[in-house]
Amino acid sequence: MNLQQAQSNDTGGYNFAYLDEQTKRMIRRGLLKAVAIPGYQVPFGGREMPLPYGWGTGGMQVTATVIGPDDTLKVIDQGADDTTNAISIRRFFARTAGVKTTEVTTEATVIQTRHRIPETPLRSGQILVYQVPIPEPLRFIEPREVETRTMHALQEYGVMHVKLYEDIARHGHIATTYAYPVKVNGHYVMDPSPIPKFDNPKMDQCPALQLFGAGREKRIYAIPPYTRVRSLDFEDYPFEIQRWDESCEFCGAADSFLDEVITDDQGGRIFVCSDTDYCRQRQQQQQPAVNEETCP
Amino acid sequence: MYVAVKGGEKAIDAAHQWLAESRRGIPETGELSVAQIRSQLRLAVDRVMTEGSLYDPELAALALKQASGDVVEAVFLVRAYRNTLPRFLYSCPLDTGTMAIRRRISATYKDVPGGQVLGPTYDYTHRLLDFTLMANGETPRGPEPAEQPLEPCPRVLEMLNREGMIEGPDGETGAAAADREPGDITRDPLSYPASRDIRLQALARGDEGFLLAMGYSTQRGYGRNHPFAGEIRYGEVAVEILPEELGFPVVIGDIEITECDMINQFGGNETEAPRFTRGYGLGFGQSERKVMAMALVDRALRARELGEEQDTPAQDEEFVLSHCDNLDASGFVSHLKLPHYVDFQSELVLLRQLRQEYYQKADKASEKHDNAGSVSRQESEA
Repeated sequence: MNLQQAQSNDTGGYNFAYLDEQTKRMIRRGLLKAVAIPGYQVPFGGREMPLPYGWGTGGMQVTATVIGPDDTLKVIDQGADDTTNAISIRRFFARTAGVKTTEVTTEATVIQTRHRIPETPLRSGQILVYQVPIPEPLRFIEPREVETRTMHALQEYGVMHVKLYEDIARHGHIATTYAYPVKVNGHYVMDPSPIPKFDNPKMDQCPALQLFGAGREKRIYAIPPYTRVRSLDFEDYPFEIQRWDESCEFCGAADSFLDEVITDDQGGRIFVCSDTDYCRQRQQQQQPAVNEETCP
Repeated sequence: MYVAVKGGEKAIDAAHQWLAESRRGIPETGELSVAQIRSQLRLAVDRVMTEGSLYDPELAALALKQASGDVVEAVFLVRAYRNTLPRFLYSCPLDTGTMAIRRRISATYKDVPGGQVLGPTYDYTHRLLDFTLMANGETPRGPEPAEQPLEPCPRVLEMLNREGMIEGPDGETGAAAADREPGDITRDPLSYPASRDIRLQALARGDEGFLLAMGYSTQRGYGRNHPFAGEIRYGEVAVEILPEELGFPVVIGDIEITECDMINQFGGNETEAPRFTRGYGLGFGQSERKVMAMALVDRALRARELGEEQDTPAQDEEFVLSHCDNLDASGFVSHLKLPHYVDFQSELVLLRQLRQEYYQKADKASEKHDNAGSVSRQESEA
């Protein structure tokens, strides 16, 4: 799409997908570099967006840059399409880019997400855009940017293993449950954004392109399709994901990430799929059968 | 029953409607016009322009109206708007020496060429609530304008500079910095260590409250740098641009600014005569508190360049510059309001497991102790 076409779009005085074409070009350069160096944090001239920092401005800038008029967009927050911030961002692109939106994972060409990777496996050609609050995996060990940049350059990641080891010494387990650090393509240690570690294995050899945008911190990074992504661990304490004794109250799934929902003040609670689309698809498949019993 | 946060779309629409109604307030009271805000809440407008880094009093007033007077929210509106504006060119550096002065004071000399001009200031008001403002709409008149125009007001620090008593305006790195194009953090991300031009830009956009606290901390011994308010001036200056095809500068308008030159403790060594150092602050409109705080922090951040120890928060460049922007800060703090079900659930799962293991261990230990006929140690562990 050229500039004229973009501007003629009926988007209320703003360019297609809000950002001007110069800014998109600058971000695309950053994205290309990010794809070329998997897991490396590329600084970019992040712009103010009409949503607050920390609410997905990095992801939105990436989405605005990669999306075209023929794309179909899905936006999830905590795995759900109907959480308020997901709705707000989906509306933003429906309004400023006029693109088709969907809640169905398989229909989407671009998926912007906060804190989850969809349960339905992604396919080649899809782009998963993560919203990232703190892109630097070493930040809580070393707050200084000057230091962490050097540590990445020298692959000086011993401190990260020490941190995980200290968890084991203190708790008997690695006590990191989300934003669990990964090593990408055998080089950079990367923050996968605050997804639960349950989702980490989905990043490995994923056929879809994974892009990460941190707006406030002005960093972009990427995992190209079919890239090795290893969660950090030890030989005697291998990486493990969360497991539940329960299964989803609605669809009976025993293999998906479950949110706990408190139903009363007497300690009553149920577990439901965090991925609303996955849950709905499963319920629809079960519909033809008699739905007297949803639990397998 | 399971009642999750569903129906978000309707809720958002309703929230927006309710917000609009709340913003308008009681319908029987008159609606504030943007012009009223612009002229009667001018200091709020100035702050929104400074931190929003867009000189447009009308839009700043509109932002304040739309934000129900929440300054940080208004700054946000202005920044988001500013971001969509095309850039034609950069202006020439402002010549604040030719400012049409409204206020100009120096705390270092009793009298200076051009004189001390108090101007419109709250400084010497008694902070007693003025109930007449509530009772009637009396229009106070200002003093009669002086018959003689002001004499030229050269900048105080320039006079010191001529004597060699103080470093040049650009500090030690003057010559090198003058040749380089100044950076722009709205185009390129901040990287560390940052040069002074970049630092000043970040501080100029920085939150007044944050800078005030940082500047204050230097006065209380956390990176003390012995400041004197060499000069504070507020007034109008002309903004000039230099179109390439013309080859000479053209004035495109006047803006109101406040400038602060701080004079600070001197250095010096075997090769260099001792002389005063500087801290600098600049803001749109009348923004004295902001520019004074900015000048203190600017000076504190020059610690590395001036070979001073850097062991306090105000001297820590990454700490100050990474946290001074109120858009960054309020955005990230407020994002805690967004759902974190998934991360919280992950922590719940782990914590339950840890607690279960803890009690299993405790049970085992107590069995052992029971067998041995002793419970005292188990109690003390609990």
